[in-house]
Amino acid sequence: MSSVPVPASRLPTQTAISAEIATLHQDPRCAGAAQQRPRLDFAPYRSSLTRHPTKDLHHVDPETIERAAPCFGHWDVDPLEADLTIGHAGEPIGERIIVTGRVLDGHGRPVQGQLVEVWQANAGGRYVHQGDQHPAPLDPNFTGAGRTLTDDAGWYRFTTIKPGPYPWRNHNNAWRPAHVHFSLFGTDFTQRLVTQMYFPGDPLLALDPIYQSITDPEARGRLVATYDHDVTTHEWATGYRWDVVLSGGTSTPLEQEDDQ
Amino acid sequence: MRLAPTPGQTVGPFFHYGLPYDGDRNLVPPGSTGSIALHGVVLDGAGVAVPDALIEVWQARPDGTVSREAGSIRRDGWAFTGFGRTSTGRDGRYVFSTLEPGPTEPARPAFWAITVFARGLLDGLFTRAYIPGPDIDIDPFLASLPHERRATMLAQPGDRGYRFDIRLQGQDETVFLRFDGSERRRP
Repeated sequence: MSSVPVPASRLPTQTAISAEIATLHQDPRCAGAAQQRPRLDFAPYRSSLTRHPTKDLHHVDPETIERAAPCFGHWDVDPLEADLTIGHAGEPIGERIIVTGRVLDGHGRPVQGQLVEVWQANAGGRYVHQGDQHPAPLDPNFTGAGRTLTDDAGWYRFTTIKPGPYPWRNHNNAWRPAHVHFSLFGTDFTQRLVTQMYFPGDPLLALDPIYQSITDPEARGRLVATYDHDVTTHEWATGYRWDVVLSGGTSTPLEQEDDQ
Repeated sequence: MRLAPTPGQTVGPFFHYGLPYDGDRNLVPPGSTGSIALHGVVLDGAGVAVPDALIEVWQARPDGTVSREAGSIRRDGWAFTGFGRTSTGRDGRYVFSTLEPGPTEPARPAFWAITVFARGLLDGLFTRAYIPGPDIDIDPFLASLPHERRATMLAQPGDRGYRFDIRLQGQDETVFLRFDGSERRRP
């Protein structure tokens, strides 16, 4: 969202943005395993123009503090915070869903007892945020923020409402695919991750410069959840499975909480 | 087994009701004994303040030990958890109330580990805010940086604590870090 609205007629078209994306995907610098992360310099996402570093990220060996991570405990997080559909006077409008999966490190080991935070738009594609001017209704029964701790096997589980897609001002007729924002911690601070989970089969994924900033198709595909009928519950909610792999990770175990 | 990592995505413009929380920026109560401010401004490549960035700090205690205490989200006012988070204001400014971290290894300067997230920034960035001192000149990592680049990682002492400005792009662009090479060396 830009702070000063630009008349739609002066914004680039989706066709022009899609052509820019296609050109960048052909760029040899975008090929191969190096592009497992989004390109920070990705002009089709216009807000990145003045906000991406132009110098290479400087390699450094993590020091003690970076090989540890903050501890979060049951003191910090109420189990009810994993259900985004409760805490209001009534039921939120929309398609009730369960989103669950495991948080693993690069060695496939579960990340235990760590904080997972989510935030999202409501079913109409509107955020409870003063900066969101999309003329879709706010839902008095849905805020759209939650948090939880992973269990001993690295599992997290949220109950929520399927978010709607929403328009933004990157270009003319620009629409973000439906997504849930995720924030995750690992056993090392170097694993800190903020990302977005998408839904399978969304036709807007192909058009979205944020999703397409990950130029490797397999890598960006890892942001798309899988519909899982074993997660779907009888007469209650449909289910999606989405696992998260945090880069690397040492074998440092999290210490036991004092309050358990 | 090596699993391919999940890529990051921008934090977007609407994180303010999802990530900030009461007391997020106060690792210790402001004005309490030993409290200092770690503050600064986040700027883009045009030198314009970034009003929708999220900054996190993760640090050692003053004695250089690493806290394993929970309680960063629900602050009890006593536990020092070492973690803090804040969003920038309309003027791009952020401020933490915290303690000065001590060095975690001998002859290495102390620093705050910092993450930066923002709308327009497609993935999170890592940096360090170093506390100036004699060890700055002998630290092998800092010595590997050109002098003018090194300066972007030094917190500036002031009346209330330290100032650390973050420039996402441009002449004085902050040194941002990657750790992946070291991870590849692990079994």
